Amino acid sequence: MLSIKNLKASIAGKTILKGLDLTVNPGEVHAIMGPNGSGKSTLGYVLSGREAYIVEEGSILFEGVDLLTMGIEERALAGLFLAFQYPLEIPGVSNLEFLKAAVDAQREARGEPLMSSKEFLNAAREACKAVRLPTEFLKRGVNEGFSGGEKKRNDILQMLMLQPKLCILDETDSGLDIDALKLVADCVNSQRDAKRSFVVVTHYQRLLDYLKPDYVHVLSEGKIIKSGGPSLASELEEQGYAWLDRQPGEEKSL
Amino acid sequence: MTDQIQKAISREYEAGFTSSIESNTFEPGLDEEVIARLSAIKGEPQWMLDWRLKAFASWKKMPEPHWAHIDYPKIDFQAISYYSSPKSMDDKPKSLDEIDPELLATYEKLGIPLLEQQMLAGVAVDAVFDSVSVVTTFREKLKEAGVIFCSISEAIKEYPELVQKYLGSVVPRTDNYYAALNSAVFTDGSFVYVPKGVRCPMELSTYFRINEQNTGQFERTLVIADEGSHVSYLEGCSAPQRDENQLHAAVVELVALDDAQIKYSTVQNWYPGDEQGRGGIYNFVTKRAMCHKNAKVSWTQVETGSAITWKYPSCILRGDNSVGEFYSVALTRGRQQADTGTKMIHLGKNTRSTIISKGISAAQSNNSYRGLVKMMPTAEGARNYTQCDSLLIGDQCGAHTFPYIESRNPTAIVEHEATTSKVSDDQLFLCQQRGINSEKAVSMIVNGFCKEVFKQLPMEFAVEAGKLLEISLEGSVG
Ligand SMILES: Nc1ncnc2c1ncn2[C@@H]1O[C@H](COP(=O)(O)OP(=O)(O)OP(=O)(O)O)[C@@H](O)[C@H]1O
Ligand SMILES: [Mg+2]
Repeated sequence: MLSIKNLKASIAGKTILKGLDLTVNPGEVHAIMGPNGSGKSTLGYVLSGREAYIVEEGSILFEGVDLLTMGIEERALAGLFLAFQYPLEIPGVSNLEFLKAAVDAQREARGEPLMSSKEFLNAAREACKAVRLPTEFLKRGVNEGFSGGEKKRNDILQMLMLQPKLCILDETDSGLDIDALKLVADCVNSQRDAKRSFVVVTHYQRLLDYLKPDYVHVLSEGKIIKSGGPSLASELEEQGYAWLDRQPGEEKSL
Repeated sequence: MTDQIQKAISREYEAGFTSSIESNTFEPGLDEEVIARLSAIKGEPQWMLDWRLKAFASWKKMPEPHWAHIDYPKIDFQAISYYSSPKSMDDKPKSLDEIDPELLATYEKLGIPLLEQQMLAGVAVDAVFDSVSVVTTFREKLKEAGVIFCSISEAIKEYPELVQKYLGSVVPRTDNYYAALNSAVFTDGSFVYVPKGVRCPMELSTYFRINEQNTGQFERTLVIADEGSHVSYLEGCSAPQRDENQLHAAVVELVALDDAQIKYSTVQNWYPGDEQGRGGIYNFVTKRAMCHKNAKVSWTQVETGSAITWKYPSCILRGDNSVGEFYSVALTRGRQQADTGTKMIHLGKNTRSTIISKGISAAQSNNSYRGLVKMMPTAEGARNYTQCDSLLIGDQCGAHTFPYIESRNPTAIVEHEATTSKVSDDQLFLCQQRGINSEKAVSMIVNGFCKEVFKQLPMEFAVEAGKLLEISLEGSVG
């Protein structure tokens, strides 16, 4: 699904990712943890093709295709989805209109017939129910005036509608109340299948308790310095990241 | 700003074709003799010629205005031709069958079928090609309701009492430089009279097209809604793509008598010039409405064209309880300049006005809102609400607002709100990350921004206006 080799990337002339390797197979869930500023969000942006981020070295293959030659939309249409750490607002453009445009674009790219308005509306209502956003939110501007948690749920709603192949969730759990956290985890779990993969960035073990990821990685100063199973998350929760710095030799136990 | 945005806002002008139609066009130049010749060709009565000559005499003495936030080379008024008519119009056709097929084809191409059986149901059209009204459709049906809808040239001959009474009653001959010029040389335009208590049975619409090179278009529109009547009127405009600038100086006068309602919508798409600012229409327009007791006038405009737009549709709220509304979307791109807005002059008691202005600037364009709200001492309990929003696309464009408020009545209430927002890289990124291309994204954001104004337009035209903005913003994607 995704194969990242020796990725070095910079923003504003500052190198953030300093030789990152990561392989995600179809159906896997990978959690990425790591201190603030270590480059987790940067990784999401680089994968999605955001313009300000410059790839200096390394390669990224997505389903065997060189991702770096593809534009932002192209990557999205190929099935790459990013849920934002800080979801953006588009005032004046309704959620419904936005979703329809996105779903239409995806279907068009796949050569599938467009959904009728009725079909689409039903699907959108179902998705609302799943993330427990009242259907009125479909009429509101995209994230316009949404609370922090509502924005996060709205991103998951988009994920449910778009059915991507690779979902990168950047701290989707931050700012969610306890029930919403469970809800989002349920949504993700409901989407798990042999073909869909997830890269979940988080600071907290709680989400991982629900998700039961296949792998947990620690990203520090632009590199993955440790990888392990779910138990690594609980170790981190107890001890923080400092102990890892003191044992750089222990990296890549995978 | 990013290439994405740059790409999304560049496009071709779709109405920019020329038609090869034989025409009779005056030599460039303007003096009393030209005016007399023009008046004679049109077979006008003496009073009309006198009126024109008086206007011309005033115009000669007036200085050209330069207060607007626009910048353009001096116009040589002697280098313009003041009359052009398709040759086939010399013997004016009696019906659509007699119209030059090339002319009909031109309108077809613009999406305005003039053949009645093909027309949008319920819309009567008057088409003005260069200086002459070529056809007015659905006249018979309108006549049954007592509604007069014809070219102003015909009205001058057939309804001289109405024309003499109301022409210049709202925009006097000497009102301003361009209005005076128009009064002297106007060639055609539309005339509407809706009798007492009548609801006009269909939308009325005029379509203006400048075709000939170096011609000015000076149309004159007069709409009279008699007591208790209702009428909705739409005008559309386009012009071929030419390297020279062309002048368009129109005057529109609306008279809403007691309890009458007029809704006047404009979708203006004159050629805006190319990316370097070559060519394009100079659009200097005076539009004003006189509102009598309990009358209501709404101006709705969607302005996407012209190299320069100088336009302030206004309402004089003379009668008590009269209502004036102004809903505007003005889009500028390339090197376009627009200075547009409205004036609401409150004279009557409890008069109300609403101004919603949406300015969108892209590329290196400049978009100014200029509005005057004036509460006269007699305007007891009057209210105004103004909302003025600007949307910037890219970082080389400009948006400016010049609100002028003059309140001479302490009981009057004036509210003003203004916002400026930007189509940000972040917003585009979000759209693209979900698979929406940047052109569609920009057009969605712009349409969202204009929603409040679009919902004021008659249904079919709201769709048109949305499309027009899309065409204007997209790199030739239809
Ligand atoms: N435009 C920019 N100019 C300079 N530095 C930047 C810019 N954008 C991001 N950075 C830096 O890149 C580094 C990595 O940021 P990133 O957002 O990827 O961290 P993160 O691991 O997601 O942190 P957090 O856990 O706080 O979300 C940070 O030090 C940040 O300050
Ligand atoms: Mg982050």
